[in-house]
Amino acid sequence: MQRDRILHLIRKDFRLEWRSKFAIGGVVLYLVSTVFITYLAFDGRIALQTWNALFWLIILFASMHAIMKSFIQESENRQLYYYMLASGKEVIVSKILYNSLLMVVLSLTGLLLFIAFMGNPLQTLTVFLINMLLGVVGFAVVLTLISAIASKAKNNFTLMAVLGFPLVLPLLLLLIRVSNAGLAGAPLAEAATDMLIILLLIFIAFTLSMVLFPYIWRE
Amino acid sequence: MHAIKNNWWKIAGIALVVYVIAGGLLFEVPDLPVLRESIRNIYFHVGMWFGMIFILFMSVVFSLRYLARSRPEDDLRALAAVKVGLLFGLLGLLTGMLWARFTWGDYWVNDPKLNGAAVGMLIYLAYIVLRSSLEDPEKRARLAAVYSVFAFVLFFVFIMILPRTASVSIHPGVDGNPALATGDLAPEMRWVFYPAMLGWFIMSWWLYRLFYRMSRIEIKIREIRENQNNQI
Repeated sequence: MQRDRILHLIRKDFRLEWRSKFAIGGVVLYLVSTVFITYLAFDGRIALQTWNALFWLIILFASMHAIMKSFIQESENRQLYYYMLASGKEVIVSKILYNSLLMVVLSLTGLLLFIAFMGNPLQTLTVFLINMLLGVVGFAVVLTLISAIASKAKNNFTLMAVLGFPLVLPLLLLLIRVSNAGLAGAPLAEAATDMLIILLLIFIAFTLSMVLFPYIWRE
Repeated sequence: MHAIKNNWWKIAGIALVVYVIAGGLLFEVPDLPVLRESIRNIYFHVGMWFGMIFILFMSVVFSLRYLARSRPEDDLRALAAVKVGLLFGLLGLLTGMLWARFTWGDYWVNDPKLNGAAVGMLIYLAYIVLRSSLEDPEKRARLAAVYSVFAFVLFFVFIMILPRTASVSIHPGVDGNPALATGDLAPEMRWVFYPAMLGWFIMSWWLYRLFYRMSRIEIKIREIRENQNNQI
């Protein structure tokens, strides 16, 4: 596994994204429209817990959309080309890192939009923000391998949702709990245990992805 | 004699389960508030979850073996074990819901352990869906094995760690293993509880072997039919 190869692959992903802006544009538009719909549906009056639940649901579906395409957008032939250039581990690590970066950007955009439309109940930003960034990185790590599996099968969006949701759910429950505490103004120390568990889940999922991805890839 | 030599464990399993059903329903149990006679459900409900975890663990072992050696039989074994796991999981849910109705007043409560059980069922139903959406047998076996390993590890972390960190759980066994809190189990109930666990393990293993052999026979039949068609 070589660092410069991984960096090259990530740079390649950025370039692809930049050249076909419709994909990322689609996800951003998705964020805007769902936030707008919730704004209209709730008429701006909303309880703290509902705010939190809606925010996470929107982020979850946005990450599904964003990560799903990571393996579909490139043709079989091109994948074969990468196969000659890099190892499976390098490919999955680069995809996970790229998706994590993408999700960090998307979730920050989502947060800004959500605050703009639904009001800002955040008294302290630290706990909520750290938790959100950890969370979306977790989504990226878990869902990247799932998108690799789903890309090999037909009707892959349904499959991605079916395979991904049960695996993301534990993470989501933790995230909602921590960000609820964060919204209620809990100090960082209180949320530290849960955040460590989230980190542990990310670490496990990352290791497993690295070990398992080469089996999906070789054909 | 040969049949008994090979199948003694099945006979032992039947004897154990018959004993557990009779003993579980007839023997003395402590008269506890709220629980009352429903305490007898422990022999069945807990047994189902033990059986499920055991057989799903075996399934992951077969999946790992498939990834290591790429033999189609290991894939069939993993699938058969998942089917038994789903059956036991469903029965565990049903016995649990019935129990919850009479002790907690509702069929379902929002509790980390119950959520864990639901997630487990969803994961393995997704496994079946994944298999049915892939046609090439080799690809199907490989992807299913990868998903099974990935999902089982995350599922295991979920059911082992999360309920313990949650501040409130209505389900027994918050500090330790949800089912092995034997410190709480009355001595007279152990005479049925331990045989029950063993009995359900044996049943799950037996069922798994039946499913596995059925799937092999189905494949054989299909091969024979194809050969006949080719000859015509």
